[in-house]
Formats: sequence, C-alpha cells, structure tokens
Amino acid sequence: MKIVYFAWVRERIGKTEETVTPPDEVRTVAELAGWLRGRGEEYAHAFAEPDIVRAAIDRRHVRPDAPIAGAGEIAFFPPMTGG
Amino acid sequence: MADIRVQSADFDVAAEVAALQAGGDAGAREPGPHDIGAIVTFIGVCRNDGGRLAALELEHYPGMAEEEIARVAAEAERRWPLKGLCVIHRYGLIRPGENIVLVVTASDHRQAAFEAASFLMDYLKTRAPFWKKEHLADGTSGGWVAPRQEDHEATTRWE
Repeated sequence: MKIVYFAWVRERIGKTEETVTPPDEVRTVAELAGWLRGRGEEYAHAFAEPDIVRAAIDRRHVRPDAPIAGAGEIAFFPPMTGG
Repeated sequence: MADIRVQSADFDVAAEVAALQAGGDAGAREPGPHDIGAIVTFIGVCRNDGGRLAALELEHYPGMAEEEIARVAAEAERRWPLKGLCVIHRYGLIRPGENIVLVVTASDHRQAAFEAASFLMDYLKTRAPFWKKEHLADGTSGGWVAPRQEDHEATTRWE
C-alpha cells in the first residue's frame, strides 16, 4: 500500500512516500495512522495529535473511519492553508 | 466547463478575463457570444506581514489539487448559473507582492458572479490540498501556516 505525506507530516516523518504492508486488522484510516504511530519516534511525532492530521484516499478527502481496503494511494497531511 | 490550472508560473489577469469573455482559450481572436453580463475576479496576493515575511513556499498534492478544485468548481456551477469559470492556483516560492491564486467567474448578472467567487475561495482555503510555509525576512523559517478558524467558519456558512 502506497502512502504519501505532505507539509509538516512529511517533514516529521522524513519521507515523501513509502510502501507499507499493515496487518489485516488495520482496516480504517484511523487504524492505519495508529499503526504508523508505532513505527518509530518520527511517526509518533507526526501523528502526535491524530485528530489534526487529515487523510485522502486516491486523491479524495476521507474521514478517519474510512476503510482502506482497495486503496491505491493514501495521503496524510495537515489542515490545508491554500488560497 | 471550468478552466482549472495548478502551476508555478505567474498568471496574466487581463488575458484570463479576456479569454473568458471571448468564450475560448487565452489569445482567442474570434469575438465571443457576448452573453456575459458580469465578471468578477479575485486575486489572492502574498503580503509581507509588516515586513516580517520574505516569501511563502506553497506545497501541493499534485493531481489531487486539480481534482479537488474541479470538485469545488463543479459545485459552484451547480449552485449558480455561471457562463465561465477560471481558477489558477500557484505553488512554489512566492514573494510578497506576487500572485498566489486567481478566481474569475462570469454570469448574466453580478450577484451570481460575486457569490460564486466568494464560495470558491472559501472552499479552496479549506479543501484544496495546498500548504504554506513561511520564510522570514531575517533568514529563518517561520514554520507552517496554521489554518484560521475564520476560514473554517467562512466555509460552513455555505452549508
């Protein structure tokens, strides 16, 4: 599963993207964030406030309870500040 | 159909308005259908914040940025009778005084054009995947810009 990171989430993790294989019990975006949080200090830092980090699946905004099954690309990023 | 572009290059406001009025691509020489009665332009510009800011660095999510703006534009076209719509959002390093975003809306009458432009900007601020990082005049990094509560509230007024 491909994961991409943006802005301070990317900076804290130190990667723009990676491919991961979470265990089967990781079914939702929130569970994926929780699983990533356990992968090391840099992830714990990025997901320290899990309610703040936003997610997209296949380039569409999703809520934390969205299922990740079948996702091609999952993105994690801070609240947007464009415009 | 809305004309949506995400680019690092600057844009030419007069050329975009002329293109929309002509009902074709920028540089079109043929006269348009002349059925547009109102055109509203909004230009978001980088400000120096009282001399504190040297530049903004805009990061975006390639692909999703265009698609999300297109979804917001489609919603604007559902809500208002628009005859033309153009959104250009820049990324990369943008210095004070330089353009960040352009929204042009065209309709028969001014109210639809004003409201659609306002709606588009409110939604772009909270839904389009762009992030601003500050570069300060003293050479240090000011960090990532935090979202403003007012921007969130501005979006909810359309719901």
